[in-house]
Amino acid sequence: MEIIQKLGEYMQYDFVQKALIVGVLIALCSSLLGVTLVLKRFSFIGDGLSHVAFGAMAVAGIAGLTNEMILVIPITVIAAIVLLATGKNAKIKGDASLAMLSVASLGIGYLLLNVFSSSGNVSGDVCTTLFGSTSILTLSDFDVKLCIAMSVIVILIFIFLYNRIFAVTFDETFTSATGIKASAYNLIIAVITAIIIVLAMNLVGSLLISALVIFPALSAMRVFKSFRKVVICSAAVSVVCSLTGILVSIIASTPVGSTIVAIDIAVFAIFALIGRKG
Amino acid sequence: MAQLSCKDVALGYEGKAVTEHLSFEVNKGDYLCIVGENGAGKSTLIKALLGLKSPMSGTIETGEGLKPTEIGYLPQQTQVQKDFPASVREIVLSGLLNKCGFNPFYSKKLKEFAALQMERMNISELSDRCYRELSGGQQQRVLLARALCATGKMLLLDEPVAGLDPKVTKEMYELIYRLNREDGITVIMVSHDIAAAVKYASHILHISHTPLFFGTKEDYIASDIGKTFADTKDGGAE
Repeated sequence: MEIIQKLGEYMQYDFVQKALIVGVLIALCSSLLGVTLVLKRFSFIGDGLSHVAFGAMAVAGIAGLTNEMILVIPITVIAAIVLLATGKNAKIKGDASLAMLSVASLGIGYLLLNVFSSSGNVSGDVCTTLFGSTSILTLSDFDVKLCIAMSVIVILIFIFLYNRIFAVTFDETFTSATGIKASAYNLIIAVITAIIIVLAMNLVGSLLISALVIFPALSAMRVFKSFRKVVICSAAVSVVCSLTGILVSIIASTPVGSTIVAIDIAVFAIFALIGRKG
Repeated sequence: MAQLSCKDVALGYEGKAVTEHLSFEVNKGDYLCIVGENGAGKSTLIKALLGLKSPMSGTIETGEGLKPTEIGYLPQQTQVQKDFPASVREIVLSGLLNKCGFNPFYSKKLKEFAALQMERMNISELSDRCYRELSGGQQQRVLLARALCATGKMLLLDEPVAGLDPKVTKEMYELIYRLNREDGITVIMVSHDIAAAVKYASHILHISHTPLFFGTKEDYIASDIGKTFADTKDGGAE
């Protein structure tokens, strides 16, 4: 009872409300895309792109941009297009190019931060970006509005292109053969993936984003056997885990990102057990 | 004008031709079997026929009211599909996507059409089952139903019996044969199984780096190349 009372108290704080809104929306979007990405064998895209975003953030910080997103979103989108949309035709294959881009941005980003940083606490800044630590609790009004706008766009795109995304994910060749522009849909998937990942960095940080993308989808796939049910279940799991994660982290003063991930893992374990029995 | 005609087509990758001087015609109601060794350019030819790859030279044209996007394709299984969570209905419906136009969802009419195709392939009772849990033969019938959703005119089948046991292979061949005979759907099938090709097909295209043979089945059996291959190979036709 004491906990519920304490929660009720926290809920009245502006920063908690913001964190919950942003957390739920990001969880929802990343899990929707997660199903497609996991099935396309792109589970690591979240990790790779978030490292690119980290590098871009370092550059933006050094350039003294007040709003980092202006630089970070375009760079990440370009990286996503290069990785997802060029796909099979690239000279360096999917997993290698992803790994290359990922570590390169991480390395260069950290190097730049160390060489040029004006802040006295470089490792603190880096840690915040990598693990998200408390940034979700210090969101500005602009961050929240940006997140709501982007999430609404992503959700609408997903609903309207749902059937096409399914077809392209299941069988790209067949879909192209029937005259659907599969490459265009791959491009759209790439762009919204990049946007979601940049937004999600606030929530869990660069290193843990993959968890938001893959765990809900994988959990849902243990139990459900149609694409629609997997998508719906994945979204539900993701939202519930993130909500619980944020609340737990506020009460227990644990880091937000890793708390959400820990809950995601626990839910995955439960679903895996259910799936084995069923 | 034939439904599909290739004139002196050369296919290849990065400027190197895999197959050259490919000329053949497919008329409505034909059953063409494309045979040839691995690496002879069969899969490249499929991509070209589907319009996914342009030929290095020569022309591929469709006629008799057949649009290039109206070729129903039955691909070989991909790795991704083996653990894909999708119901049979979802997969069959996806064949109708090009009939949706700007409508993001499937209309009631299209859903009924899909149900009809599932009935035709005798998989109606499987419609809520998960694709990855079906047997190989059932999976092929699902993909065939999807191809029929995309077209009523021409089917392009890529090794449709690969990995199936002899009994199911025979059923699959009979099913395709019926579609060709009773519904008048033109069939183009890529196959290793020359014995079955000779049994069911009306025409045969035997390709190597240059085409070795194109003509009717009867002529193929009588030809030197046909004799060599048809005698040495056994398949599901027996």
